[in-house]
Amino acid sequence: MSETGIGASIKRVEDFRFLTGSGNFTDDINRPGQAYACFLRSPHAHAKLNSIDTGRAATLPGVLKVLTGNDVAADGLGGVPCGFAPDGGPQNAPPRPALALGKVRFVGDLVAMVIADSLAQARDGVEAIRVDYGVLPASVDTAKTAEDGAPQLHDEAPNNTCMDWSLGDKDAADQAFAGAHHVTSLDLINNRKIPNAIEPRASIGEHDRGSDSYTLYTTSQNPHITRLLLAAFVMQISEHKLRVVSPDIGGGFGSKVAHYPEEVLVTWAAKKVGRPVKWTAERSESFMSDTHGRDHVTHAELALDENGKFLGLRVETTANLGAYLSTFGALSSTYLYGTLMSGQYVIPAIHCAVKGVFTNTAPIDTERGAGRPEATFVVERLVENAARETGIDKTELRRRNFIAPDAFPYQTPVVLIYDSGNYGPILDEGLRLADTAGFAARKQEAAARGKRRGLGFSTYIEACGLAPSNVAGAIGAGIGLFESAEIRFNPTGSVAVFTGSQAQGQGHETTFAQVVADRLGIAIENIDIIHGDTGRVQWGHGTYGSRSLAVGGSAIAKACDKIIEKGKKVAAHALEASAADIEFKDGTFTVSGTDKSMGIGEVVMAAYVPHNFPLDEMEPGLDERVFYDPKNFTFPAGCHICEVEVDPETGTVEIANWVAVDDFGILVNPMIVEGQIHGGVTHGVGQALLEACVYDDEGQLLSGSYNDYAMPRAADLPSFKVAYTVTPCPHNPLGVKGCGEAGAIAAPAAVINAITDAIGVSHIDMPATPEKVWRACQGAA
Amino acid sequence: MPTVTLTVNGTSVSTDVEARTLLVQLLRERLGLTGTHVGCDTSQCGACVVHVDGQSVKSCTMLAVQADGTQVMTIEGLANGEALHPMQEAFREHHGLQCGFCTPGMVLSAIDLVKRNNSPSEQEVRAWLEGNFCRCTGYHNIVKAIRAGAQAMGGSVS
Repeated sequence: MSETGIGASIKRVEDFRFLTGSGNFTDDINRPGQAYACFLRSPHAHAKLNSIDTGRAATLPGVLKVLTGNDVAADGLGGVPCGFAPDGGPQNAPPRPALALGKVRFVGDLVAMVIADSLAQARDGVEAIRVDYGVLPASVDTAKTAEDGAPQLHDEAPNNTCMDWSLGDKDAADQAFAGAHHVTSLDLINNRKIPNAIEPRASIGEHDRGSDSYTLYTTSQNPHITRLLLAAFVMQISEHKLRVVSPDIGGGFGSKVAHYPEEVLVTWAAKKVGRPVKWTAERSESFMSDTHGRDHVTHAELALDENGKFLGLRVETTANLGAYLSTFGALSSTYLYGTLMSGQYVIPAIHCAVKGVFTNTAPIDTERGAGRPEATFVVERLVENAARETGIDKTELRRRNFIAPDAFPYQTPVVLIYDSGNYGPILDEGLRLADTAGFAARKQEAAARGKRRGLGFSTYIEACGLAPSNVAGAIGAGIGLFESAEIRFNPTGSVAVFTGSQAQGQGHETTFAQVVADRLGIAIENIDIIHGDTGRVQWGHGTYGSRSLAVGGSAIAKACDKIIEKGKKVAAHALEASAADIEFKDGTFTVSGTDKSMGIGEVVMAAYVPHNFPLDEMEPGLDERVFYDPKNFTFPAGCHICEVEVDPETGTVEIANWVAVDDFGILVNPMIVEGQIHGGVTHGVGQALLEACVYDDEGQLLSGSYNDYAMPRAADLPSFKVAYTVTPCPHNPLGVKGCGEAGAIAAPAAVINAITDAIGVSHIDMPATPEKVWRACQGAA
Repeated sequence: MPTVTLTVNGTSVSTDVEARTLLVQLLRERLGLTGTHVGCDTSQCGACVVHVDGQSVKSCTMLAVQADGTQVMTIEGLANGEALHPMQEAFREHHGLQCGFCTPGMVLSAIDLVKRNNSPSEQEVRAWLEGNFCRCTGYHNIVKAIRAGAQAMGGSVS
């Protein structure tokens, strides 16, 4: 391992700019002559738009334009599209105009847009619009929205049902249950979350009259997908007429994956007013209109034989999709969910049925983990309860059912083929670090103080590194999921690396530079990682699904290999040898078995000043591109152990200890990986203990500010113990698996398993607030 | 329109503002100091923390006119050229930042803590950060960084 290469915890190259206030976030950008947009959002969850009176607003000082859904329709803009249509329909995807037409369907739905010289004037304009709403009853409850008599959101989706989707062999699962020695069953909800990146969404649209082309600066995790959807589907212009720039992004967590109507509107309006149009969300708008996550109601059952071997799993889930299908709205609750139901276990028969439903709430889309936390919560809660019910030790039950290390590649009954894994040693290390042997004494000591201690396990599996394009297509994605990389040398030896993986805090500029430094023997300071700009990067699918290193990084590694291949030919010519005899190591090309060599800098110079260059064999320059399509998903796995102390008098839960042992394959920068674990676990702990997105029966968002939505604060969390095992991914060039979502996937089950262990109940719904825990303590006392 | 006169990062500034202008708007929009961020509208996230007369203040909750006559320091005024302040250096060393959006507020809030308590315990750091949200780091490394930064600033954190 070199000092800066793969495996080194080097400090991040990004940090200086963020620590000195020199970052470049979207709201930091101001374009010459820009105007400001402010949106009128529906205060009702469900209402007819009888009339919109924009007359007074249009005459206010500074107001340039007031636009409504009629203007959008008149200009023929397409609806904001859904990028994923799962099979097993009927697939009912109703239209979503960028500004509401005829009806509003959630609190925060866009009704009108005011553009003015200043933000204050735009706000004044919004306040002057008068809307006659014909308020309709709202359908809000995930479990009830598909029932007869519920208020209907869309003509296209009878019974508010978007899809009835299922995976697995139902007959086989039913048969497994028929022969079961024991069945554990559980009703649970997976609570709705609001992702809450600290940087609110922001977008600036700009139109260049001379070329009739647009630029959109926007807070996107995947600017190329945004360009594709906005250009080809919404505005129906050629893609080359739109450049999308996503500069520094202040956290995404899935909420900046979707293509949003505000992005459409500022771009479209920029041409109409002849000036750049800027919009930055207020936090209250973020709460209302960022895509939310999770929101499942589930009944699940696990069948076991007399030896505690798992026989079958049945899952029935109703998944709330919100008021409209967001870009990947139906993906999280289908193929990123049902496919994970095998966990780390051999479960011969699995069936998972999901009903996707519409409600008068904000659209649901990916949120850190996206489907996999929900699946893990189902599996790990069931396994925990099965252990308690059968009297088999909870770690022993898991071990008895783990997929054996020699069984990989392992075909699950729910599509996926796990490529690699070794789960026993992960659990061993977890038990050691968590000092489970000392738990009984700690529990006794706590009891003497009137407190109850509990220990919760979560041995999770994750499928990430999204995704083989043929698989993505087969399951209904409208896009491929490869990634691109370009390595472009400058004549004097520094290098620009263009990647389609867009960073939102993950440290790509450091990690990717380490890959290049390691592969090509170049100093980190001579490597520039460029991302987030469709005008500079050839193509990209963006960052989500823990895919950046496994897919984007692999593309970069392969581009390095292409550079080396060409470099060998250049060196061979200069050194008067055969390319087959050239070896490359640590930045030097050497003729095998001789002391004749050439540094990569000399090769680069020879390629750019090709005075002595095999021009009849190849082109000058050194610039290689790769489009890398992964062969399979990657399968990180781990064991998280949470120890809690519950105060039965108050219901408060303190996390006394957290141990995370994860197998992410090869680690490029362990410091960054550890930070991802801390952050991921915190998302999961937040879901388990604090975070609840709550709508009332009329669809009003009750948790619409930081006064009402409990964000994890520093004092809510412990310090974490983090360790790793390493089973390299066998099918990508770096052997990496991805680490961004693991903590959020593992954590909720670990927390709830620990709390229910502490207080002796079979289940408690998330978030396990002091009130719920206190009530459960009373019931269990 | 009222006039405000204040010193920002050592430079005297005098400007007319609408009465409703917030300090953070003056800093970001008038003075181009975009290192100070706005993450919420209820004075909770702490991304907008600056120092006003040496104390940490949420600049989204202070009118520009209230800052008349004060000394304001933003994140841009903390480092000495390329040389980071010890607290900035500690955040870098301990990976106390990921996306960087909450970072300016975190760093300036942390420095105010250390001025009041030069060797804060882990619990004291966590309690102090009640008004600063981070969604990326889980706070683990921020707490480590602040305690290390306190030590580097002359405290005696063990």
